[in-house]
Amino acid sequence: MNLFKISWANVKNKKLNSFLSVLLLTLGIGLISILLLLNKQLDEQFRKNLRGIDLVVGAKGSPLQLILSSIYQIDSPTGNVSLEEVNRLKMNPFVKTVIPLSMGDNYKGFRIVGTTGKYPEHFRATVGTGKLFEKSMEATIGSKVAEATGLKPGDTFAGSHGMDSEGETHGESLYEVTGIFEPSGSVVDQLILTDLASIWDLHQHEEGHSSQAPALLEPEEDHDHEEGEAHHAEAEKQVTSALIGFRNPMGAVMLPRQINDNTNMQAASPSIEINRLFELLGVGIDTLRALAVIIIVIAGISVFVSLYNSLKERKYEMALMLSMGGTRSRLFLMLLSEGLLLAVFGFLAGISLSRLGLWVFSRSAEKDFHYSLADFGFLPEEGLLLAGAIALGILAAALPSLGIYRLNISRTLAED
Amino acid sequence: MIAAKDLTFSYSPGADARSFSFPDFRCSNNETLLILGQSGRGKTTLLHLLALLLRPASGEILIDDTAVRELSPRQAAGIRAQKIGIVYQKAHFVGALSVMDNLLLANYLSDRPQDRERAVFLAGELGFAGHLHKKTHQLSQGEQQRVSIARALMNNPTVILADEPTSSLDDLNCDRVIHLLQEQSQKLGASLVVVTHDQRLKSRFPNSISL
Repeated sequence: MNLFKISWANVKNKKLNSFLSVLLLTLGIGLISILLLLNKQLDEQFRKNLRGIDLVVGAKGSPLQLILSSIYQIDSPTGNVSLEEVNRLKMNPFVKTVIPLSMGDNYKGFRIVGTTGKYPEHFRATVGTGKLFEKSMEATIGSKVAEATGLKPGDTFAGSHGMDSEGETHGESLYEVTGIFEPSGSVVDQLILTDLASIWDLHQHEEGHSSQAPALLEPEEDHDHEEGEAHHAEAEKQVTSALIGFRNPMGAVMLPRQINDNTNMQAASPSIEINRLFELLGVGIDTLRALAVIIIVIAGISVFVSLYNSLKERKYEMALMLSMGGTRSRLFLMLLSEGLLLAVFGFLAGISLSRLGLWVFSRSAEKDFHYSLADFGFLPEEGLLLAGAIALGILAAALPSLGIYRLNISRTLAED
Repeated sequence: MIAAKDLTFSYSPGADARSFSFPDFRCSNNETLLILGQSGRGKTTLLHLLALLLRPASGEILIDDTAVRELSPRQAAGIRAQKIGIVYQKAHFVGALSVMDNLLLANYLSDRPQDRERAVFLAGELGFAGHLHKKTHQLSQGEQQRVSIARALMNNPTVILADEPTSSLDDLNCDRVIHLLQEQSQKLGASLVVVTHDQRLKSRFPNSISL
């Protein structure tokens, strides 16, 4: 028998009231916690893949779409640009690196990206087993791809057209797996990398009997198909986009304007576009956060009302305990710890709920975008959340419990 | 032992102040005393004075030959916890706790070691040994009153005060409760003071005074 046991017995004794208080706290805290978790993980994923990429050039269209498709591989590409034009950028004094990318096919939902050896180098992805692709129709696959598809070095597979696994397959030209990348935590994990030449070869080859042009994702493909034959001459090699690294920060000032004004391409700055994206998301996040705070305040009121009512009912009990030698501060502590218990339960349930939510969210993100957000660690901000919950529980319990200091023992005992 | 001398009390000093003055009495160890009085004669007031829950306007109370009038509320609570066991008219308990825990609560609140054996022993003596793990509201009124007697005995008090312990009980339970109170206070060598309007008890106590 101790204070804590009495508090616990009281919490258990009014199950519905306690349940309501804990439920509200759980929802509020769970919501804030999952916002914190998602914010951290999205931020991490976005920043990590952004490192060292100062500019992305590609076909004109939405700059955000260009960034999402070229860096994060989550949106459709904007269209094609000529390789010659991209290569001309290498001559620009501000430019240090140019990594061309060619997209448009997938294997079982994993994107096949034609590029050069500089791409995995940039993301610090190293080949674990096997070796890096060297010539056309050789492919090196990311760790998640290997895990999901079971492909090993030496295996062959046929890519499908488009960005989802339902596309038409390029049945006659098979890729050969030459190696598997070590997990790097970057976008490379979920990609199949091949030489730029593979994409040209594949689509050149198909040109004869298939109506698909390499401008794979243009919905208006049909209209430029007529001129396609002539267009795709050996000289007019095309790529989807290119990732640019600057030699010095001046590039950020000069280059985008040069490209946007003087070429058929557009230049998009990843940091600006991602900040814009987060700003857009921010409105929704702020709304959810405000909602969570409101729910938490209601939870506090619920704890308050529940303790206030039960204290009225238990007035005689309190007087009895006082008459048996209990001190007022002891009983006050007992009532406080009832609020505290509810707060701690709400917090624990909220944290569990947010992990569950994250798991569900991560599973769907993994399925749709191959991004894993499953980092269930405890965040430092959640420590603050715990402190807040405890403060709320204590405050909500303290207000009604102060009545114990005004309780007239004799009168209360005589009244009933 | 417990004794009172020239005891007076008045509620809320003011125009409609109700004042009581009480007869002197003394109840030594191993003795019993019945205080009879009709409603409104200050029975509960007297009991609360003796239990140090109220402070008398004048007069003196002696518990084990110590004057207790001038004690601070905290000291009074200490004396109450250590020396006095109280049985109330209606048996009240901490509803969330089991019968056993309600008994141990008396030990806990008076800062004594929690004596499970004594709780089991008293439950056997008072005939509710089978109910120790039930909640108190699951017991009948007679059983509840016996549990509240056991609770008053948990700290081995030297004074047992009972406020209308039998008023809500039928004759059979009334007899049983009074018998148990007398028997248990005898075993402890304590003084037993019963305050009641219940005329049934008159024949059961050798010493009685009327308010």
